[in-house]
Amino acid sequence: MVAYLIRRLLATIGLLFVVSVITFSIFFLVPKWAGATPDSMATRYVGRTATADVVHQTAVRLGFTDPFYVQYADWAKGLVAGRDFDMGTSIEHCPAPCLGYSFITAQPVLPDLLDRFTVTFSLAIGAAVIWVTAGISIGVLSALKRGSLVDRFSMVIALAGVSMPIFWTGLIALSFFSYRWGITAVGGAYTPFTQNPALWAWDLMLPWVTLALLFSAQYARLTRAGMLETMNEDYIRTARAKGLRERTVVTKHGLRGALTPLLTIFGLDFGLLIGGAVLTESAFGLNGLGKYAVDGIRANDLPKILGVTLFAALFVVIANLIVDLLYAVVDPRVRTK
Amino acid sequence: MSTPLEVEPSGAGAATDHDLVAPGQAIEGRSLGQIAWRRLKRDKIAMAGGCFVILLVLVAIFAPVIVKYLGSPPDQFHQDLIDTKGGTLLPLGKFGGMSWDHLMGLEPQNGRDIFSRVVYGARISLLIAILATAVSVFIGTTLGAVAGFLGGVTDAIISRLMDMFLAFPLLVFALALAGVFPDEAFGLSGNGLRISLLVFIIGFFNWPYIGRIIRGQTLSLRHREFVDAARSLGAKRGYIMFTELLPNLVAPILVYSTLLIPTNILFEAALSFLGVGIRPPTPSWGGMLSDAVVYYTVPHFMLWPGLAIFATVLAFNLFGDGLRDALDPRAR
Repeated sequence: MVAYLIRRLLATIGLLFVVSVITFSIFFLVPKWAGATPDSMATRYVGRTATADVVHQTAVRLGFTDPFYVQYADWAKGLVAGRDFDMGTSIEHCPAPCLGYSFITAQPVLPDLLDRFTVTFSLAIGAAVIWVTAGISIGVLSALKRGSLVDRFSMVIALAGVSMPIFWTGLIALSFFSYRWGITAVGGAYTPFTQNPALWAWDLMLPWVTLALLFSAQYARLTRAGMLETMNEDYIRTARAKGLRERTVVTKHGLRGALTPLLTIFGLDFGLLIGGAVLTESAFGLNGLGKYAVDGIRANDLPKILGVTLFAALFVVIANLIVDLLYAVVDPRVRTK
Repeated sequence: MSTPLEVEPSGAGAATDHDLVAPGQAIEGRSLGQIAWRRLKRDKIAMAGGCFVILLVLVAIFAPVIVKYLGSPPDQFHQDLIDTKGGTLLPLGKFGGMSWDHLMGLEPQNGRDIFSRVVYGARISLLIAILATAVSVFIGTTLGAVAGFLGGVTDAIISRLMDMFLAFPLLVFALALAGVFPDEAFGLSGNGLRISLLVFIIGFFNWPYIGRIIRGQTLSLRHREFVDAARSLGAKRGYIMFTELLPNLVAPILVYSTLLIPTNILFEAALSFLGVGIRPPTPSWGGMLSDAVVYYTVPHFMLWPGLAIFATVLAFNLFGDGLRDALDPRAR
C-alpha cells in the first residue's frame, strides 16, 4: 500500500512537471517559433505610449530575455522554495508554494486561485449530484424496459442532450428563466456556502441543471449500455435462480457491475470539471477557475494560465486516485488481484 | 467500451438479412459493405441524420447561391431596419426583424442578415471539423496501430501518452495555444492562418480517442490466423500493417470519424465562442453566439446559430450511431 502510494505520488509529480513544461512551451516557444521577440512580447504588459526602453526593461523584469530553461527553473524554484519578485519599484517576497504574480495586475496568483476554486467546486458538486442521480436512474430504467417507448424516448432525449453546446443551453436558460420569467437567479450571482447555504443553492440552481443536462445524457447512455451487458451475465442468472427478488437482483447485483466502469469516467469528468468548467462559467458569468483561465489567456497572463493548468491537472490526478481507491471497495474482484 | 468492432457479420445480424430474400429467388452473395448498407438503410433515424448531413454539406458548398436568392450578403449592414431612434439598437419589427427578406431576422446594432451568416457559418464549421477529424484520424490511426502491433515499450509509451492527453484540461490548453498565436505566422495571415491553426489544434487534441480504439482493434487482430499466415510467408512488418491490418480497421475508422466530427464542431464553436477562433467579420456559429451574449434579454439572436450547431451535431451523432450499429450488430 505504501509502495503504491509512493508510486502514485511520483507519477503525479511527473505529470505536473509535464503539464507545466507544456504550458511554458505554449506560452514562450510557440510565439518565438512564430516570430515574436522578447520585446514584442513585453509590449502587451506596458502602456500604449511606452518607450522602447521601458518595453525592454519590462521584458528583462518579467524574464523574457532569459533562455527558456532559466525561466522555467525560476518559476519551479518559486513553487518549491519561494522567490523574490522585482515589481519595478520594490522587491516582493513570495513564499512557497509560489505561483508567481500576475503580469497585468501584479497580484499573487495562488490566493486568487484558491478563492476561485470554491466557486468552481460548488458548481461541480451540485451538478454532479444531479447528473449522477438522473443519469443513472434514466439509464437503468431504459435498460430494464429495453425497446419500450420509455427507452426510445429517453435515448433520443439523451442524444439531444449531448448534442447541445453547453454555452448555448446556458445562455438560453438564463435568457428565459432569469430575465424573462424571473424564476431563477441572474447570471453571475454567487453566494458563498458558508454565508447562506440556501442562497448558495438558489444562485447556482440554473448552472447546476444546465451542466447536469449535458452529463446526465452521457451517463444515461453509458448506464444503459452497462446494464444491458451485466444483466446478461451468469451471476445475474444465478441470483435469479436462487430466488432473489427482481429488485434485489437489479440493484444489488446488476447495478453494481454496471456502475464500476462508470466510476472511472466519473472520476475523470469530475476532476476535469473542478479544474475549471470553462464554458459553463463563461456562459453564466461565474467567477470560477475556468473563467480565470479564459481571462488569463485573453490577457496573455502566463502566471495565471500556469496556475490554472497546474491546479486542473492536480485535481484530475487526485480524483483518479480517489476513484482507484474506491474501486477496491466497490468491486471485490479488484481486491483479490 | 472495449468490445472489439467485428466487421464480419456473425449470428443474429446475418440471419435476419437472409430472411429478406423472397422465396424461390436464388440467394446471391453479398459483400460486407452491401450487408452493412442494407442494415443502415433500414435504420430510419440514422438515414434521416445522414440526409441532413448531406443537405448541410450542399448548403455549405452552395452558400453564395443560396444567400443570393434567399438573403443578403453576410457582411451587408441594414441599419435602416434597426431601431436607432429608440436607442435599443434592436431590429424593428417582431421576432428580431424576421421577414421574407431576412428569414431569421437581423443582428442588433449593425443589422446583418442572420440567415446568410448561419449559412456561411456552416462552411467554417464543417470545413474545420472535417479537416480536424482527418488530422486526428491520421495521428490516432498511425500511433494506435503502431502501439497495438509492436506492443512492448512502444505500446507502453504511446498508451501513457494517450492516458495523459485524456486526463488534461484540453480546452484550456487549446485556448492558450489559439490565443498566443500572432496574427501573422508561417507566411499565412488572417483567417487562412486561423483556420489552419484551429484544424491543427483541434485535430491534435482529439487524436487519443481514436488512437485508443485503433490500438484495441489492432491488439485483437494481430494474433489472428491471417496475420500469422502472412508472417509465416515472410511478410515484413510494414506489409502486414498496411496490407493485412489496415483494411480491417476501415470500419472502426469510419464509425469513429463520423462520431468525432460532431465533437469537433462543438470544439470549434466553443473556441470561437470564447474569442480565440475565427476572427470577425467572417461568420461562424460560435462567434455569432458570442456576439449575442450582450443581448441576453432577447433570446432571438442566440437561437439560430445555436440551433444550427445543435441540429448539425445531432445529425452527425444519429448517423454515426446508426453506422456503428450497421457495421457492428453486436454493439447493440
